Amino acid sequence: MVKKTKPKVLITGARGSLAQQVITRMKSHYSLVIVDFRRRVIMDDDIPSYFVHITKRGFEDIFRDHQIDGVIHLGRMETDESDRFSRYNANVLGTQKLLDLSIKYHVGQVLIMSTYFVYGATAYNPAPLDENSPLKASELTKNLVDSVELENLSQLYLWKHPELNITILRPCNILGPGVRNSMSLLLSQKTAPVLIGFSPMMQFIHIGDMAEAIITAFQKNNPGIYNVAPNDWVPYQDAVVSCGCRRLPLPSIPPALPRAISLMFDQKKFPSYLINYFKYPAVIDGSLFAKTFNFKPTRGLDYIFSHYKRKKSHMKE
Amino acid sequence: MRIRSILKKLLVSPELEEQVNNIRKPVGVYGYDPWGYNIDTCMICLSLFKNIYEKYFRVETHGLENVPAQGRVLVIANHSGQLPIDGVLIGYAIATRKDGPRAGRAMAERFFPTVPFIGNLINQVGGVIGDPVNCIKMLENEELVIVFPEGVRGSGKLFKKRYQLQRFGNGFMHIAMTCRTPIIPVGVVGCEETMPSLADIKPLAKLLGIPYVPVTTPIPLPAKVSLHFGKPMMFEGDIDNEESVTEKVRQVKTEIRRLIDIGLSNRKGVFYG
Repeated sequence: MVKKTKPKVLITGARGSLAQQVITRMKSHYSLVIVDFRRRVIMDDDIPSYFVHITKRGFEDIFRDHQIDGVIHLGRMETDESDRFSRYNANVLGTQKLLDLSIKYHVGQVLIMSTYFVYGATAYNPAPLDENSPLKASELTKNLVDSVELENLSQLYLWKHPELNITILRPCNILGPGVRNSMSLLLSQKTAPVLIGFSPMMQFIHIGDMAEAIITAFQKNNPGIYNVAPNDWVPYQDAVVSCGCRRLPLPSIPPALPRAISLMFDQKKFPSYLINYFKYPAVIDGSLFAKTFNFKPTRGLDYIFSHYKRKKSHMKE
Repeated sequence: MRIRSILKKLLVSPELEEQVNNIRKPVGVYGYDPWGYNIDTCMICLSLFKNIYEKYFRVETHGLENVPAQGRVLVIANHSGQLPIDGVLIGYAIATRKDGPRAGRAMAERFFPTVPFIGNLINQVGGVIGDPVNCIKMLENEELVIVFPEGVRGSGKLFKKRYQLQRFGNGFMHIAMTCRTPIIPVGVVGCEETMPSLADIKPLAKLLGIPYVPVTTPIPLPAKVSLHFGKPMMFEGDIDNEESVTEKVRQVKTEIRRLIDIGLSNRKGVFYG
């Protein structure tokens, strides 16, 4: 009798809270290899962990040492971690290297995390934006060029190398325990800035649901580009209040003014390049993902916001 | 959120609340849809607008029963009066009718979302920017969409051109045919006289980035308004060429012209009757 071996899956960005959730849920069904460029991540003794930058030659050793069957590419250099040139190298050229290595070592499946930011938030956005909508984020700011370029590159490989079975996910705002993206940090504060007269519609998904979405997409392996968002919407200012934050109204016009003011804030929590996302909507249509993968998030908005509300009550104590 | 709850308690009557709750409109747990429509804001605005609709403009409706109680539908009307009062009146009439009230979704000018407070308010009462994608997605959602194919050509025209229909865009017909959607033509009479424009200060409009700056009254005048809803018009089949679409648009325009003429011939006076 031939013993069935577990598929070997490489997960990048292992230090991130989303990656940790994915690793925890996948480790019993897959043979995992994890990597991060910030520090070595210790999960379990039987999970090989690498501490290497994606752009370095040593990264290929992972592919030499292990027969990788699939890649879940969650690793990303964030805006507060470096300047935009280094980010471009890590996020765009690094992803290109990962995809080239995947071709060279005959990896059968690659899942790439993108973001809804790629659509750009403009006053003229229709709603909801489906996967065929143009990616306008790089029009708004150079700080999002790497996100759009990463997408374009991944799409190029998606069509040119069908053997890679590339799936690209564009999730809405991910929130929940341990999440350290701009929106999560902002809603964790006692006071959150809002732009006077603007409260765009937003979507939020719980980190646990997002981890499930990634695993479901990987398991069912249906290559393509998918938005991931629940069928629920709330204006930003309502979300701020529901998370127990006090609103700090900032002047919204002329457009240069809130941008200048945001420079006085912590750049990670209220980055100037995301100002448009606090002003205009970029609501995405998650129906294709929901239908293709029979996926429905299990945690609603109240549940998501309650985590931030609880955090505030701990802060008071 | 808190202000909205207080306003709702103060202004919204139980009858109106029941009426609006009868509108079959899927929204999320916070009462919003993807375009920002909010059921509570809608109730508050309908309450605030009640007297304006009934006592200020003394709106009369004819043929309101022609509007289907459910399913996708395009309401196509003539546009006038500098401000989108006609859209609000049509929306109010449909949302407050006794049998089968519906939430009308009006296609608004593209500059509205850039205006603080106004953009969000328009979204909350059902308006969205006039983008074909919005219109198609809403129709796929089985919604009622109000479109003014004249756009700013109609709303911004001078008083001397009142009741002269301007060029209709073909976009709505493409959408109606592609989405297999019935069209309800509407002739609006009275809105032309609410804000008679004597001139358009084009350089100022260009400077402000808005479609027009009319020389007109500071507030809308209390002209009596009548809304004439026509029978559903269905245009089926494939689109052969643009000329055939233009011909179908002409049919809708002719019907709206006929409805306007009925309204004009029936009215006893601009401000009374």
